[in-house]
Amino acid sequence: MKATKKKTKKETETLSKKKPETLVDKKGIRLDGRKLDELRPVKMEVGVLPNADGSAYLEQGRNKVLVGVYGPKEAHPRHIAQQDRAVIQCRYHMAPFSVDERKSPAPSRRDIELSKVIREALEPAVFLEYYPKTSIQVYIEILQADGGTRCAGITTAALALADAGIPMRDLVVACAAGKADGKIALDLMDTEDKIGDADVPVAYMPNLEAITLLQMDGNLSPDEFEKAINMAVEGCKQLYVKQKEALKSKYVVEEAEE
Amino acid sequence: MTSPIVIRVKKKRIIELLASGKRTDGRGPTDYRDIKIESGVIERAEGSARVLLGKTEVIVGVKISTGTPFPDVPDTGVLTVNAELVPLASPDFEPGPPGEDAVELARVVDRGIRESKAIDLKKLCVESGKLVFVVFVDVYILNHDGNLIDASAIAALAALMNTKMFKYEVVDGEIVKKPGYTPLPMVNYPIAVTFAKIGDKILLDTGLDEEQVMDARLTMTLDKDGNVCAIQKGGGSGYFTKEEILDATKTALEKTEELRKIVVKG
Repeated sequence: MKATKKKTKKETETLSKKKPETLVDKKGIRLDGRKLDELRPVKMEVGVLPNADGSAYLEQGRNKVLVGVYGPKEAHPRHIAQQDRAVIQCRYHMAPFSVDERKSPAPSRRDIELSKVIREALEPAVFLEYYPKTSIQVYIEILQADGGTRCAGITTAALALADAGIPMRDLVVACAAGKADGKIALDLMDTEDKIGDADVPVAYMPNLEAITLLQMDGNLSPDEFEKAINMAVEGCKQLYVKQKEALKSKYVVEEAEE
Repeated sequence: MTSPIVIRVKKKRIIELLASGKRTDGRGPTDYRDIKIESGVIERAEGSARVLLGKTEVIVGVKISTGTPFPDVPDTGVLTVNAELVPLASPDFEPGPPGEDAVELARVVDRGIRESKAIDLKKLCVESGKLVFVVFVDVYILNHDGNLIDASAIAALAALMNTKMFKYEVVDGEIVKKPGYTPLPMVNYPIAVTFAKIGDKILLDTGLDEEQVMDARLTMTLDKDGNVCAIQKGGGSGYFTKEEILDATKTALEKTEELRKIVVKG
């Protein structure tokens, strides 16, 4: 495989300048001022797309994610339909301008894998058996990426499914933990993920205590792995509270001033 | 595609059997089927291995060529893993570009090799920023009878261990072949084990029957030091609890050691 583009010397220099020496300082404070077990600031909103049956928008740190849900509707192409349940068609897609170097809009192998694991993270939550022969389409657009986009995508997609009024066993909420500078840390941003030693994304249904997505790359001892998964689950529980607030806030009626 | 009704009947039967502690082929929950490894089956490839895991059959071929390194890691060789679900291997496989199952399989095998740093890729650098060796690992499924991930990961490792590189010297920035071969610089031996959850039971090395009815699967890849280097949950609309995952980590530690002995000994 050939690298697609050679970087000029200047570009390489600015890149290497960006690369920090330590990710976590002596007091356990990270590059963006967070503590090891602290999430990035999160903002969630539902019902943002007029045409979609359900939609949601999320910002988590510099991540910006938009999800639209269509359906349940007749499955197309028809051969994908299942006689006894609905199918979820999920597309995880990154906008070309979402990362430093323009990303081709054609689906990469990473996008194909992520679309599959995100679908499998959402499926356990949805009562698919209520809608045989139909399809539920989940379109995830990453408008800006800064690490942890698959998790942000899942959290947002669950909100959009709920916003579409599709019956669910629980919301699905996702968050990663990883290892940066030898320390287990929550919700890694891009720099920490790239330079760090490991990343463990987890999707979770808090009421059922069910883990619906689990991946890992890097190098962790079994003890570190246990610590990471516990930390990620705690992060999920915090995000779950915000998810529910976002859903409720759509129906809050501001009292009119007399 | 097997019809959903047949799968439902199968599932009921398999769960009944599991409740009495049995699997369809009489194995225990963590028993693997017989593993046969044959190395060097393709003479044209720099490395190759054919693995039989029960009736599941996989060939992995390794080809080596030269190329330019990625700009962010100029002194590192390149590893690429691809998987083909060859149509002759199963009525469910169709010709055409790799679908999501093939892509996932390739990426899980890739992650195991890459994250465990199985190959010392720095040693595959000829000239920093200009010329490196590229290792192509092609996974070829020849018969699908379940647990493609573990079989492919074993075959990939066996093929890499079997790989020979020609000796060379660099003359004016060009590679000149010399007589003789050296093995690939292998420094770690990742092994993947895949758990399947059926009802409330967790099994290893599922056959095709079990795979069709499983609720979810979980692959863990461990390196030679017993560290976890890759995980992938997938395969259905089910889930795992945290306790099940932590239990699986312990089982994986024992099982990968056992399997590594079979593969690394050859």
